Order: sequence, then structure tokens, then C-alpha cells
Amino acid sequence: MSIRTVTFDAVIVGGGGAGMRASLQLAQSGFKTALISKVFPTRSHTVSAQGGITCAIASSDPNDDWRWHMYDTVKGSDYIGDQDAVEYMCSVGPEAVFELEHMGLPFSRTEEGRIYQRPFGGQSKNYGEGGQAARTCAAADRTGHALLHTLYQQNVKHNTQFYSEWLAVELVKNAQGQVCGVIALCIETGEVVFFKSKATVFATGGAGRIYASTTNALINTGDGMGMALRAGVPAQDIEMWQFHPTGIYGAGTLVTEGCRGEGGYLINKDGERFMERYAPNAKDLAGRDVVARSMMMEILDGRGCGPNGDHVLLKLDHLGEEVLHSRLPGICELSKTFAHVDPVKAPVPVVPTCHYMMGGIPANIHGQALRLSAGHDGDDQIIDGLFAVGEVACVSVHGANRLGGNSLLDLVVFGRAAGLHIEDALRQGMTQAEPSTDDIDQAMARMRRWNESDKGDSVTDLRKELQQTMQNHFGVFRKGDLMAEGVKKLADLRERIAGAHLTDKSNAFNTARIEALELDNLLEVAEATAIAAEGRTESRGAHSRYDFPDRDDENWLCHSIYDPLTKQLGKRAVNFAPKTVDTFQPKVRTY
Amino acid sequence: MKVSIYRYNPETDREPWMQDYEVDTGGKDLMVLDVLALIKDRDSSLTYRRSCREGVCGSDGMNINGKNGLACITPLSEVAPGVLEGKKPLVVRPLPGLPVIRDLAVDMTMFYNQYEKVKPYLINETPAPAIERLQTPEDRAKIDGLYECILCACCSTSCPSFWWNPEKFLGPAALLQSYRFLADSRDQATTERLGHLDDPFSLFRCRGIMNCVSVCPKGLNPTKAIGHIRSMLLERAV
Repeated sequence: MSIRTVTFDAVIVGGGGAGMRASLQLAQSGFKTALISKVFPTRSHTVSAQGGITCAIASSDPNDDWRWHMYDTVKGSDYIGDQDAVEYMCSVGPEAVFELEHMGLPFSRTEEGRIYQRPFGGQSKNYGEGGQAARTCAAADRTGHALLHTLYQQNVKHNTQFYSEWLAVELVKNAQGQVCGVIALCIETGEVVFFKSKATVFATGGAGRIYASTTNALINTGDGMGMALRAGVPAQDIEMWQFHPTGIYGAGTLVTEGCRGEGGYLINKDGERFMERYAPNAKDLAGRDVVARSMMMEILDGRGCGPNGDHVLLKLDHLGEEVLHSRLPGICELSKTFAHVDPVKAPVPVVPTCHYMMGGIPANIHGQALRLSAGHDGDDQIIDGLFAVGEVACVSVHGANRLGGNSLLDLVVFGRAAGLHIEDALRQGMTQAEPSTDDIDQAMARMRRWNESDKGDSVTDLRKELQQTMQNHFGVFRKGDLMAEGVKKLADLRERIAGAHLTDKSNAFNTARIEALELDNLLEVAEATAIAAEGRTESRGAHSRYDFPDRDDENWLCHSIYDPLTKQLGKRAVNFAPKTVDTFQPKVRTY
Repeated sequence: MKVSIYRYNPETDREPWMQDYEVDTGGKDLMVLDVLALIKDRDSSLTYRRSCREGVCGSDGMNINGKNGLACITPLSEVAPGVLEGKKPLVVRPLPGLPVIRDLAVDMTMFYNQYEKVKPYLINETPAPAIERLQTPEDRAKIDGLYECILCACCSTSCPSFWWNPEKFLGPAALLQSYRFLADSRDQATTERLGHLDDPFSLFRCRGIMNCVSVCPKGLNPTKAIGHIRSMLLERAV
């Protein structure tokens, strides 16, 4: 089967913050670049980010220091964030944030005219010794929207070639394991095209839709991670899923940590501010994993709110109408729409909700995707032609738990870094890896399978079952036997999905086909998560086990590496060698 | 309840038609998007766009019982009296005035072209400082109510002037965007921006009908922004 081929120097898959920061860099450099996005870029999930972008720009505190931010991030990661990568992100951060401002991002302002910064969870001054810091740069509570639109505008200005509403279906790699590009499907017409390129950059975001309840957009189906796993690329720390403390009860939509940054706090059914018991110093601004677990403990101990005692309340009314309307206008809107509550008058019902994938494709600070060379504890090996940035990548700056406001920083810093690296590599004569006709044909197999299906279970039913399995077996608290059962259910689901039925075979804007292709990706990410979660026999960051309640630095102060070919879990060393500061040694993590 | 939906598949339909569905909502005040998802569970061929499902991405603008809005933040109780109770049908059509690709998905090329025409990006040729450009909170407040646009096209596709002259009139969304940069103290291209709008159509086709204001799901006011640009153009002329 032969298909049309288009050729580029670089193809970026994903039109969120990371993808558009990378494409902007490359568009400015004049290399032939395409950006493929399954939605029009401003509909990407970055648009939903609310509270802000954390960065030591020294506006709220002139003495702020990126090293303090680095300390917080390493501690927040429960010590499996790579310290060279965290160092890079925190030190380059200010430059990347000022660039965004110069591009026109409408940040909120201080009286001095500088960028407004608010306190967020896990932030400190002076390496945890100087009290709460205010380091999250904000555009009201719509920072992601402001950031995404600004990046889109700059890409328009610099004539980036967009393929909007094209879904990347499969990586094309050759016999040497080099990545040659991607197969993508034009949603509007159904045409399938081979995008051949020297550099393929995955900026495809997370996969929160593997859970039944998530803050994530409906499009967050782990397409990049799914394609990578099918191509034999490993997943790192994929068991690490962040449950955001404040998803609106029932709807799952997010209310920002900035609510607590501005002075809001959580209460149980007795009206008690329970975080004082769990985190006496940071209270409601402890790490997200700590707050989410504390909320679940309250609920499990019978102090939850509502007729079923299955949520807690976020109290904001004491902040006053003026603060709420100027600093948190979007939250007021969302609460009224989805919780039927006006935060000016009453507390908002909230529950920990799946929010962020800390794991992903292992990558270095230039965005180059990595695999381990053959053999146990092998060295890092760069995968030729493949890059990963943003949520789909695991650099790893978030380790076992991401701090609020660090995801937007991650996007722009590493989107930019990958762009700079590729620009440089292209100048030095980066070559195109050539695929054979068979290699391309192989990448079409999945499309064919769905197109030829004539019986089997429905995509919708299978998706719901998968999401419920992940929700029940791999939630905030985990347990060995329950997870083993979950792994079995997923193996069964894999068989049924392989025989599932796509009823609508039409070409024009066929969203049924898109949902079928997404289901394959959800399954890959779900299974990797399940096997990695069962395999990590300790509790660290967001991964919390009843049967292994303690952190085990002797055995697990390392990344987990899930190999999709063998379905085995290996280990990879964490970097403890930052270039310009002393190593932050692992300590007991309290807030 | 009864739901009536505009259907058109270019591969099989010679012309669009309305399909009626009976949906059991359990009496719950669901969002229109949730109702569409219930239908799509049974009929996977039903086509519409959606992404964030919380009113910030702008994917699911559609015409709901005659009024443009976002399906994900429009509860049945707000569609029209009697809809939630099942006494009146929910009627969903694509945004008017744009070519239909399939069912509720319209071709938004024209809308995006209008957006690009106003140079929707900050223009400032002064070399940037080592930190951010300073802006007072008062100056920053001038772009509140402007930068929040989500490009859902509810406003432009409700505007009769846009229906008549989509090639020449820029439409409320693009004009709001234009004023977002005119009002930004950091932007230096005021003369150039106004120059591009100073013809009988680009801006002056706005007749102040204000459909844009009444449908904007983010509560923005394009008519007011257009009024400000008019004043700037007039001041420039005298």
C-alpha cells in the first residue's frame, strides 16, 4: 500500500505549550517545520492550566533564588527528579518566562509593574528554612490560556506550518531502530500521509483519560506515549500519577491550587481545617501528593462531607468578593457552572482527581528520547530521530510528584531546549533516516485493523471499562493484590480491544475512528502504569501502597523503566550530579 | 427527552436532515455536551468537536435551540423553558454562516483567516529588557475582558454583518482581538493596526446589533471593543 509522503526537517506532534514553543524556535530558524495537532492548537489541554508558571523571577521577593526553587522541586519529587534536569529548568526558567512576557503574555501585575507571583504548594525560601515563598507567575487564574494563545499568536507571526486536526497514528522506524517520521490521518478528509522528517518531536501531552475521573480534557488519551510503547520505546516512572487535591466533586473539573495560595483552605464535615494535623507547617500548601492523601484519609475515616461522606470542602468565602473576582475569576465561573456554588458565599465540594502523568518517555534536557542499552542496568542510548517534550516526556523534573506551576515551566523550558538542540543539529547536517516500504506498511497495520473490523465489542464500552479498572485498582492508595487483579483485567481488555469493532468506516471527519485509535493508546498507557505500579514495591511521592507504606531508598531511589516488549520493569539511575550546585541529599520529606 | 440534531455526512447525504433521538437523562440537569455524548454512545456516527469540557478551549460552539453557545457549559435548564422537563425538544444545529463539514462540525477556515488578518500578536520593536517589560496594574486592567477570548466563533457566526460579508467584514472575534492589542500599553503598532481597519467594511460594517455580546460564553463584549476602535479611528481623523 503506498501513501503520499511529505518531507520536513522537523515534525512536531502536539500543539500545546511544549509543541508550540518548540515549533516557534524552529520556525524562527527557517527550517522546514510542520506542527501536527489533533485539535486546533488553542484547544490543546495547556489552555486549562489555571494558577500559573513557577519561576524564580524575583518579583514578589527580590532575593528569590532559582536554587531555592530547585530545592523545592527536588524535595517535591521525593528525590527521584534528576538533579541536572531540575537545575537546568529552574536556572533557565527566568529567561524563558521573560521571553513569554516579551511575546505579549498578559501576566497580572504588581504595583511596581512587574509580573504578579502567588504562593503555591511546596514552595519555600532559603532551602525550606525561610517559610512560604510566592513564586508562581500568574495571569489571573487563566495562565495556561494566556500562555497557549500567546504561543499560537507568535507561531502565526512566524508562519509555522500547521496541520490542525490531523491525528498522528504511528511512528515509522527502520530496521536500525531509527525514527523516520510519523503516519498521520487528516481528520477532515480521512487521508493518511507519511510525514518524513529528520527530527520527530512528541509533545502530545498526558493521558489522564485512562482514569474514569480526571481533570484532563477529553483529548488527553496518551497518543504519544501509546505510539512510543508500540514502537518499543520504554516508559519511565509511569506508575507516578498525580491526583490533584481539588477536582470539583462530581464533574472532575479543576480548581487551581492558587485558591489555597490566595488563602483558601480545606475543611472536613466538622468544619475542621484538617491539613493542620497532616502538615503543621505548610498546611494546605504541602505537596499535592500529601494533601490528596490527607483528604482521602479524612474521607476514609468518616469525616467526609455530603450525604455519602465522599468529598471535602474548599473554603474561599473568607477571602472576600474583591479578591475572588480579581484573582480567581475563572474559578468563580467554574464553581457556579459545575458545582452550583458561588465561592463568594459557600465552600466548593472537592475530591482528589487524576491530573498529571509524571512519567513518560525517558528524555534528556535536549528532549532526545532514550532507551537503555541491552542488558540489566544498561547505559542510556539516544533514539535517533525521536524527541519528547512536555507532559509526555520524563526528563525527569517531576520525579514522583510534580509541584504546582512546574508543568507550564517544563513546557516552555524544554520545548525551547528541544527546538534549540534540533536547530543546532540540523545546522550540523543531521541526516534523514530512511524507512523501507515495509517499515511504512507496518506503521499502517493498526489503521488497517480497525478499517477491516466487522464484529467485536464497542469502543465506548471498552473505554469505560478500562477507565473504571484504572480508577478502582490504581487510585490514590494502592495495594498489591488489588493491582495484580487490575493487571489481569487489562490483559483481558487487551485481547478484546484487539478484536473490537469500528462500525463507522466513513472518511469525512470520522470521530468514531479517532476514538478507536485513541483507545489503543489508552490501553498502552494503562497497562504500562499498572505493571510499573505493581512492580514498585515502596511508597514514594504519588505512589502510595498499603502493603509497602514506606519509602525504600535502598532499592527504589531510582527510576522505573517499563519495557513494552517484555512487559518487565527495570531500573535506571537518578541523576544526583547538578553542574553548579551541591547535590540535594535525600531526606525525610515533611511539610 | 426528545433531542433533534442536524445531520449531514458528505459521503452519504445529498442534503442535511434533522434526526430525532429519545434520550433518558434521568431528569438530571446535564450539560448539552453530556447529552450529545449519551447519543454518541449509541450512534458513533454523530459528529461534533469537543476537548476541555469546561468552557475554556472553545471547541464545542454550536447552535442550541436557536442560540449559539458552548455545549459543555450550557445546562439543559438554561437552553429554554421546558427542555429540562422534556416538554420541549433540545434542538442542536451547527454554528450558522460557516460551511458544514459533517453534522455539527463546521469549517472554521474563514473565521481563523479573519483572526490572522488583524495581526493577533504583540508588536514592539524596542529591544526587550533583561527582565519583563513593566506594565502598571491599571494598564494591565485595560486588556481584561479582551484577552480571555477562546476563539469559539459563537459571536461571529451569530452576527448578520458577518453572514452578509464574511470576506470583507472582520467579525466581532477578530475585532475584539485587534482591540486587545490596541489597548495593550506594550504594543507599538497602533497606527498600522488602525490603518488596516480604516475602510467601509473591515470594521464599519458592524451595525451594533449586539448578538455577539448576548451569545459570548465568556461574557465578553466585542461591540464595546469595536466602539473603542471607532473612537480611535475618529480621533485619528481629526
